[in-house]
Amino acid sequence: MAGLNSMAEGNKQNPFNRSGWNIVLWILAAAYLVYSVQSMGLSGERFLAGLGHASTLIDRMFPPNFERWELLLSGLGESLEIAMISSVSGIFLSLFIGVLAARNLMPAWVSIPVRGFIAICRSFHPVIIAILFVKSVGFGALAGILTLIIASIGFIAKLFAEAIEEISIKQVEAIRATGASFSSVVIYAVMPQVFSRFIGFATYQFDSNLRNSTMVGIVGAGGLGGTLFSAFQRFDYDFVAAILITIISLILLWEFLSTLVRRIF
Amino acid sequence: MSSVQKLLQVKELKKEYVSGNPILKGVDFSIEEPGLIAIIGPSGTGKSTLLRCINRLIDATEGQIIFNDVDICQTEGKALRKLRRQVAMVFQEYNLVERLSVMENVLSGRLGYMSTWQAWRRNYTQQDINSAYELLESVGLAEHATKRADSLSGGQRQRVGIARAVMQNPSIILADEPTSSLDPKTAVEIMELLEKFSLEKNIPALINMHDVTLAKRFAKRIIGMSDGYVIYDGEPQGITDDHLKEIYGGESWLD
Amino acid sequence: MATIDYHWQRFSSGQKLARFSVYLFFITGFLYSIRSVEVIPEFLYDAPEQMMDLLSRMWPIDYSFYPLSVHDAMIETLNIATLGTLVTLIFAIPLALMNASNVVASPVIHWISRFFLVSSRSINSLVWALLFVAMFGPGMLAGVLAIAFRSVGFIGKLLGEALEEVDMGSIEALRATGAPWGAVMLKGYWPQVLPAFFSIVLFRWDINVRESAVLGLVGAGGIGVVLNDSMNLFQWQEVAMSLLAIFTVVVLAEILVVNIRSRLI
Repeated sequence: MAGLNSMAEGNKQNPFNRSGWNIVLWILAAAYLVYSVQSMGLSGERFLAGLGHASTLIDRMFPPNFERWELLLSGLGESLEIAMISSVSGIFLSLFIGVLAARNLMPAWVSIPVRGFIAICRSFHPVIIAILFVKSVGFGALAGILTLIIASIGFIAKLFAEAIEEISIKQVEAIRATGASFSSVVIYAVMPQVFSRFIGFATYQFDSNLRNSTMVGIVGAGGLGGTLFSAFQRFDYDFVAAILITIISLILLWEFLSTLVRRIF
Repeated sequence: MSSVQKLLQVKELKKEYVSGNPILKGVDFSIEEPGLIAIIGPSGTGKSTLLRCINRLIDATEGQIIFNDVDICQTEGKALRKLRRQVAMVFQEYNLVERLSVMENVLSGRLGYMSTWQAWRRNYTQQDINSAYELLESVGLAEHATKRADSLSGGQRQRVGIARAVMQNPSIILADEPTSSLDPKTAVEIMELLEKFSLEKNIPALINMHDVTLAKRFAKRIIGMSDGYVIYDGEPQGITDDHLKEIYGGESWLD
Repeated sequence: MATIDYHWQRFSSGQKLARFSVYLFFITGFLYSIRSVEVIPEFLYDAPEQMMDLLSRMWPIDYSFYPLSVHDAMIETLNIATLGTLVTLIFAIPLALMNASNVVASPVIHWISRFFLVSSRSINSLVWALLFVAMFGPGMLAGVLAIAFRSVGFIGKLLGEALEEVDMGSIEALRATGAPWGAVMLKGYWPQVLPAFFSIVLFRWDINVRESAVLGLVGAGGIGVVLNDSMNLFQWQEVAMSLLAIFTVVVLAEILVVNIRSRLI
């Protein structure tokens, strides 16, 4: 009997605590909402005027204009090339960098600097990196390629290292005990545990690079982004629509292909 | 008359994980003959540590381990790996690479003899493949060869583990509580397998166990450890209740 | 005594063919892209030198620039990120529900919701920003909307996947009691996806902080505006200050997110 009572009391404690916290959080969220909307300096009229512009804009975007399809195609081609080169290179490099960053495989004097490097690669938005590369290596695809290689490493190597750190080290121990070299141990004991996740990261990044390659052009690093940006500046909104449709279709096609690749591997 | 060749010699082995708190305080023994040798002792007394020092999965703090006329504690790099491939290990939790097939797990015993490229391309020699199949047959798992390792039961996995160990063509087998995760019947099967291979290949098998009855039944020699030292080293029949009390402490479990 | 030669191969012929084709596709793609992409080799070899030149012009960092423009701009950037993430929930949660096969069964609704989710993700936040700047004029509003519209696809997709992984046992039990749809949602699905929900939202917020920093480059408010102005005036030391601020805030945001996640999970 006593046991039942104390159980009931115990149950009473928890829900109270949780909803206490929850309420505080909701209040904070609401207060923040009010504060930040205010800081936008948004007035009712401005918003309505904006909606008016929006509808005019959308009108002008349709029907999409594919007249300058050659320009579209060459921009698309360059974006694809940038995505392809930077993804393959980035994926390849990340295999090694990820292993070097794994704290359960590497001594601290290796893993710490490598992790630092990965952190730097991740910290900046690809656009910022693109700008820096454009300023140093000039306009065009090279800047875009270098940018996306850095972005790929920042993403894949980090997640790959984390995946490696979560593996069962017992399997590694057993393969070590056979007298295998370090790289054989990695291939035989580490990779089977993480390879499917690595492929997941790689396809995700390829996808991300494909998208980013259409965007780094806005700052001059080559690809469809440049075409898009000039179209915006010339108010050719129907051409903008055409470009956006192309980009969306490209991404859809890639998503379909990547599920195939993941099933194979 | 030539002196007896020592297959393995452990001299004054000490290991501490936390300084000032040694697990192994001075272990001495040597192995001159093939056959099953059981190491018994309570948990935490360093049995696992001892085995892992022998194949350098763990570095000893002090002492020598002489194997193949070389002190394995001082060997590094390629030479160490060459020594290691002659020391095969069977683990309590089987430690198979779960996502790989049974065949690949058995063949991984040869990794110490292969280059990285061969390992990646799975370029095993025909002879290796033949030996692997034969081994699988002798442990009764031939029809499971292409299945994924994690689809097998515990007892089956341990048999694969033993096949992997034998695949290394070792001069000595180490087994770290190979039967502790298994039911009594399977445990006996595993012990029988270890005994069989030890006899067939004419090599010693050093086995950690906590089941004293099993040890007495299969081992030719028993090493009893307690508090970081070897306190019994001799025939299974020689172990008395007093010895067991000293090793394990307390009396209530004896009946 | 005849010895049998056993045969063993790691992959079936079909698998081998599939894997080989994938490798072939990517390697040919890579090589083709390298040949056809327009990269001037001299610029590639020049690159390290040019990068060092740029970096040297950024040193020493102009710290006095911080209180002048950077501080307020960073606050605005954070607001864009946070407000944008909050606004996105309005669209993302319904779309996630529509996309989860264990919540809504109709494939038509799946296709519709998937269309919106994919479109949202395919268009880069920078491009969304371009659109919204064209509609609502430059400033924070465009930035918030850009972040919101871009995040819908991300959060909606992951949340939908989390919903599909819910243990249906308790849901069925609730339905069996005749509970109305709202109660099943709130008491059945919500408690189970709660950790995943916060994890996803925090993850996206972290990314959004990074994205918000660059939206200003096309006029959508935040530190990007300051960055753009400094770059146009070639004031590299001010640029360095802005970059440092961005880096610091991104790192702090990531530390914050990691801490909150470790407490939740």
